[in-house]
Formats: sequence, C-alpha cells, structure tokens
Amino acid sequence: MISIREVAETNAMIERENLDVRTITMGISLLDCVSPDLQELKERIRCKIYESAKDLVRTGEEISRDYGIPIVNKRISVTPIALVGGAACRTSEDFVELALMLDDVAGEVGVNFLGGFSALVSKGMTHSDELLIRAIPEALARTERVCASVNVGSTRTGINMDAVRLMGTIVKEAALQTADRDSIGATKLVVFCNAPDDNPFMAGAFHGVTEADRILNIGVSGPGVVKTALESVRGADFETLCECVKKTAFKVTRVGQLVAKEASERLGVPFGIVDLSLAPTPAIGDSVADILCEMGLESAGAPGTTAALALLNDQVKKGGIMASSYVGGLSGAFIPVSEDQGMIDAVRRGSLTIEKLEAMTCVCSVGLDMIAVPGDVKDTTIAGIIADEMAIGMINQKTTAVRIIPVIGKTVGEEASFGGLLGYAPIMPVSRFSCDEFVNRSGRIPAPVHSFKN
Amino acid sequence: MERAIITVVGKDTVGIIAGVCTYLAKHHINILDISQTIVQGYFNMMMIVDVSSTDIPFGELTEELSRVGSEEIGVQIKCQKEEIFDLMHRI
Repeated sequence: MISIREVAETNAMIERENLDVRTITMGISLLDCVSPDLQELKERIRCKIYESAKDLVRTGEEISRDYGIPIVNKRISVTPIALVGGAACRTSEDFVELALMLDDVAGEVGVNFLGGFSALVSKGMTHSDELLIRAIPEALARTERVCASVNVGSTRTGINMDAVRLMGTIVKEAALQTADRDSIGATKLVVFCNAPDDNPFMAGAFHGVTEADRILNIGVSGPGVVKTALESVRGADFETLCECVKKTAFKVTRVGQLVAKEASERLGVPFGIVDLSLAPTPAIGDSVADILCEMGLESAGAPGTTAALALLNDQVKKGGIMASSYVGGLSGAFIPVSEDQGMIDAVRRGSLTIEKLEAMTCVCSVGLDMIAVPGDVKDTTIAGIIADEMAIGMINQKTTAVRIIPVIGKTVGEEASFGGLLGYAPIMPVSRFSCDEFVNRSGRIPAPVHSFKN
Repeated sequence: MERAIITVVGKDTVGIIAGVCTYLAKHHINILDISQTIVQGYFNMMMIVDVSSTDIPFGELTEELSRVGSEEIGVQIKCQKEEIFDLMHRI
C-alpha cells in the first residue's frame, strides 16, 4: 500500500516544485473538410473542430481535480492549413480569413492556442504553401491563439534554402506587424527542420498527415522537480547524478501517462504520445537553467553547459521511455530564453550568447527558442541563423527549430515583454557580419550522405 | 473497489480526525488505512479510503472536504484518486 512518505513526496512535487501536465493537445485532422469553396471550407472546419474539442477543456479540468495535478494548457493542433486550404484559397488574404476563423473557434471551445497554420516545404513549395507562408505575418497580427510553423528542411530531403530565405523576411514582417506589442507575432512562429507530426507543444504543434482522425498528445513538464531531486546528490559522481534524473523523469512521465489514459477514455479519442519534455516557465523554480547550475555550473552558458545539457536530455529520455510505451513529440529539455528565469539571468549577466545557445541546440530537443534580437537585424541575417539551425537538425537527424523575435524599435540593453507563459527577454546581440551572398543563392542544400538508407 | 487518498495538513488541534471521519461516514466512505505524524507541531495525516459506495460525485467530494478543512477544522484537506500515487511510486 502507498505510504505517507510517498504521498507527501508526490504532493510536494505538485505544490512546491511546479510539477504539472503542461498541455493536453488534441490533434484534429482537417483533410476531410477540404472544399474548393472558401465559405464551405470554413464552415466544415469550424464544425469539425467544435464537435471534436467542445469537451476538451471541461474534461481537462475534471481530471485535474480528481488527481490533484494541475493541467496548465488545453490546446488544439490541426492538419497543416496549406494542405487543407489549397483548393479554396486563391490569395494570401483567403488564408488570413481561415486564420481568423480558427482563432474564433479556438476561443469558442476555450483553448489558449491552436497550432497548425503551417506549411511543410522541406523540399519544395507549392503555390498554396507560398500563399500561406506570405499570409503568416497578418494572420498572427490579427489573431490571438493561432500559431504558425513552417518545416523548411529534413535529413531525408535537405534544406529548402528558398524557403529559408523567405522565412527570414516573414519572421521580420511578423515582428513589424506587431511592433506595438514588442513584436509578439514572431513568438507564435516556428521554423523547423525534421518537424515531428505529433508534437503537443506550441507554437510548433500541428497534426501530421500520417496521424489518425483525432488523437490526444500530452506534454509533461517539471524542471523544478528535477532541480529539487538533484539537490540531494550534490558532489556525487556522474552515475548517481544520472540515476537521480532518470528516476525523477520516470515519475513525472507516469503522471503524464495517467492523464493521457484518463483523457483518452473520457473524451473517446485515442491516445497518441506522451512528450516528456522539461518545459520551463517564467515562474521561479521552474527553470532548466537552474538544473544546469545545480549540476555544478556557475551560470548557464559557462563551459560545460553543452555537456550538462546533453546528459540531462539523455537521462530524461531514458527515465521517460520506461514510464510510457508511446513517447514522442520533441521529448527532452527545452531551452527557451524568455520562458526560463535562469536563462534570462544568464543572458543579463553575460554568460549566455546566441552562439552558445546554438551549440546547446545540438544536444537538446529543440532549437533557438524565444530569443529576442534587435529589431534592425537584416532579413538575410535571420535567414542565416535559420539556415545554421536547420543544418544542425539535418546533419544530426534531430528536430531543430528557430523561434527568434526581432523586437522592432528595441536594441541590445533593452528588454521585450510578451506576457504570460511567453515571458520576457533581454535583447541579445547578433553577429554584425553579413551572409547576404550565401542566403541569396537559390535552390536547396542537398540531403546528407547518411540519409541514403534504402 | 475505488480508492482515494485523503491528506490532511495543518496545525495540530483537537478533533481533526473526528471532523474528517464524521464527514466520511455521512457519505458512506469506508476508511481502509490511516497513518499520521506530527512534525514541529504540524499535523500530517494520510487516509486511504474506499469511495465506491459514496452517494456524491468525486468532484463534489474533493470540494466539500477542502471546504470542511478550511472552514470547520482549520486545516488543508486534499482528496485525490489513488492511481497518481500508485503509478508514480510503483512499477
């Protein structure tokens, strides 16, 4: 039987160490909504999303109450809209209209984000892909809940540099169109390499075309729990350190698995995957950077940071895969700067730079995430940063992403504030050297030699 | 059997267990196990209960217990389904 000590440990994780289920994300396929008529398409999508997700928020709250575990976000991901809207949307304005409708229906069912205003263009762009991409800045400026993502490369296809160059411009434009709100538009736009089909985390979630009609994916969290557990093994050897992370990741993931199973049963929607990511929030004590410091670094970004993060990422996966048979999504440690108080402090004290963050993305689960840069950074420089990150993903056969915010009207030394879970970030300096001639070449970077596995 | 874990945390005083048990009896909830400790004057109790024959929905039970704790006894009471603890601490 469960002991008082075990009960106390679980409740301490929840009450004091910010253990929570970060998100229940319902993936909804919109492929059966396709119509050549825009009004018809909008109506079909609205009905499908509403019927599928109308009980999502209430069910999440009930599960939360029954087990005493906070479920912070309830969200929806949909089939990439470039695929769904291709037949009906003749202009970028048509795609914006779809985004406005998605925002409405997301509000109606009570979710805080809806992901999937997306295009998959890792090898080439169709006409509708390009129309959607060009619609992104206005769509993000005029909606609250819609999130956009574009997959511009993969290990199997190489990197579509035409799309990378275009995304440099689109990121900047998304920032410009929301210049009055610290360029918040760019916080809802992710550029991917090797984007997973079942990621429940925003802003990069979409419902892949290989997925079922509807599916529930769960994202767990708990950097604070890992940090607290590591306090008990200060000075111990690496084996002890790894054991400690693994055991904690196991416990955290089991909670995600439980919530996934319950939500799936109660909503009558199949369970997809648990994404066992350490996702920080701006709350004190909910930081991945603090875990790195607890391992023995003076500040995130110090020499040793990449090794510490590699260890953390791997042990989280090893503990988690024992706890759930279906682990997927991104799974690992997230290092968004604006959403992690420890990272923000590290940038402020000068220990963490974009270049170090880029190195860290080689060993963690995502990429350059929530990084604020000066608003006058050139489009081509943003494209160059994206290209570097995509190359890391392509060569290392992993997901990488860029969510970078050129904060219009601000420069190094100032801070941008995005509010809520998106947090706030000091503006980081970017290399002033040009990559214009490189990114202005047209075409693709070919797939690497180790992609030829057939 | 449908089991839940009730935890009570607060300043030690007369009648904590009595207060909780009276409420549980009223709603046909059987107590399977009780353990308690007092750490630095703070009362810490855990009960394993069977809620399968109770007359109220589980959500209402958790809210009511929390209210009884804060308004009538002056302690914090939580009631959670057992699986969260089982899954976390047992393979």
